[in-house]
Amino acid sequence: MTVLAVVEHDRGIITTASFGVLTAARNLAKQMGAKFEALTIGANADALSEVISKYGASTIHQAHHQALIDFGPEAWGESIAQVVRKTSPQVVISSGTERGHEIIAQAAARLDLPAAMNCLEFDKDFNGTQPLKVVRARWGGSLMEESQIDAPIKLVTLANHIVEPQEELSTAPATVLAIDVDLDDSVTQSFVQDRVERVAGVTLATSPVVVSGGRGVGSAEAFAPLEELAGLLNGVVGCSRAVTNNGWRNHTDQVGQTGTRIAPDIYIACGISGAIQHWVGAMASKNILAINIDAQANIVTKAGYAVIGDLHVVVPAISAEIRRRRNL
Amino acid sequence: MNILVCVKRVPAPGARINITSDGQQVDTAFLGFTVSPHEECAVEQAVQLVEKHGGEVTVLTLGPAEAQEQLRTAVSTGAVKAVLVPIDTTDWDPQRTAQAIATVITELEATNGKYDLILFGNESADSCGYQVGIRAALKLDRPIVNGAKGLDIENSVAVIRRESDAGVEIYKLKTPACVGVKEGINLPRYPTMKGRLASKKVEITQSTASGEVGGLKLIMLRRPPERASNTKILGNGPEAASAVVDLLEELGVFK
Repeated sequence: MTVLAVVEHDRGIITTASFGVLTAARNLAKQMGAKFEALTIGANADALSEVISKYGASTIHQAHHQALIDFGPEAWGESIAQVVRKTSPQVVISSGTERGHEIIAQAAARLDLPAAMNCLEFDKDFNGTQPLKVVRARWGGSLMEESQIDAPIKLVTLANHIVEPQEELSTAPATVLAIDVDLDDSVTQSFVQDRVERVAGVTLATSPVVVSGGRGVGSAEAFAPLEELAGLLNGVVGCSRAVTNNGWRNHTDQVGQTGTRIAPDIYIACGISGAIQHWVGAMASKNILAINIDAQANIVTKAGYAVIGDLHVVVPAISAEIRRRRNL
Repeated sequence: MNILVCVKRVPAPGARINITSDGQQVDTAFLGFTVSPHEECAVEQAVQLVEKHGGEVTVLTLGPAEAQEQLRTAVSTGAVKAVLVPIDTTDWDPQRTAQAIATVITELEATNGKYDLILFGNESADSCGYQVGIRAALKLDRPIVNGAKGLDIENSVAVIRRESDAGVEIYKLKTPACVGVKEGINLPRYPTMKGRLASKKVEITQSTASGEVGGLKLIMLRRPPERASNTKILGNGPEAASAVVDLLEELGVFK
């Protein structure tokens, strides 16, 4: 029996989500008394065998084809499908990211097997022979679904940030097996054909401070005090879906289920009610300060800290106090 | 250019999602319904593309009879044809849904010719399965890329822009092709008066759903454990500024 971890990487650089996947795959394999194997796609990921070995994989399959020089969802999915057909693992697991979901869905479609995305838990009694019970996230994490995967091979993605990455204490070097996959024209169309590299700097997803505004801000212009506060805190400005729907800010600033998931040190939510769709994008924040006129607003009851008052006067007062203390 | 957009009717929850006592579905007794957000943007993108290149937009949904409400919403914002694939239960699993959608699309194309583009939402807002579009595309033997934050057509090639941690990725798919669209690709328009009238008059085609039950079986839904929160109120109004900056200093924001 085997658990196969599909390692997500970008042109040879492993993604952080992959470390959780490797850890979860190893834990599941131990529970089942199964082998833990990994799969990398593209020769540019061959060098990852060293770090994957540290997580305890006994065998690393390296899928090779000249088309696999960059990411292509269909070619990656087809590569996984071919390796799965050859090795018949009981479980195939990848990361709960845009690429992870996409390649597992592609592989599942090609193998005509079910797939469960964003799994939070796996059945502790699973031994590889029965259907696999999982708990997975719905509604971006505000609802949980217990379901069962009834198939000989179970394909899953692991919800991000659920499993703390842990290297294996003592490991033997893994056996590396190169496998030439067979990819035809039908899958080599959907490749990254060009890219625009991101300019270095903090983004909404990575900034330690986010000052965010909701419907209560009232207009695009009224974001100026939030911009000012964010500037004083070296943070960035975010917003709720109501704001983007009103055209006050670009969608790239949106925090939420269909926007960006954030986990800053502090999230300052101004005039945001805290509907589910917003909350699931902000709930990973280490501290939340809500500024709201409504003491019963959902975000106020869920936040660690709150100021009850009109953001249009509270936010400038905070900026003024920061300037006063820091002699700015 | 003819575009088909697949949409899903989903509840529009506020601050809390409740579950029915049997744990099988979301309790929608007090909820309104909407088109899943990614798909709302897919409809808008399709309408913008036909405004630019000509053609028409058809919208399709697999769902309860009430889902014609969402089809009419799509017509009020620019789609001209609507297809309902009725199912009597609340939700079909992803494999079954994809098979039914692909079968209906094949039937529609037998009479109308191939759609240049078939758009899906990246994932549904409620069940978040991330796979129906991909499975349907494969059954239809068409390429698909998910996560589209930009989509245009140049000489029968769909040019797709997708955001990643490293920047923006560009994909090019020869049409006919499928695309999974994400919210943020555009700002959906509001219905016009003309659109509202059209949505009342549009004839909704019904197609029979057929699909074998897949291998992912729902056992039950439950709410995640409530996070205990004892909100510390730092004060009321601008007088709270001092307490706020104390907190920011304590959290090391200025280091």
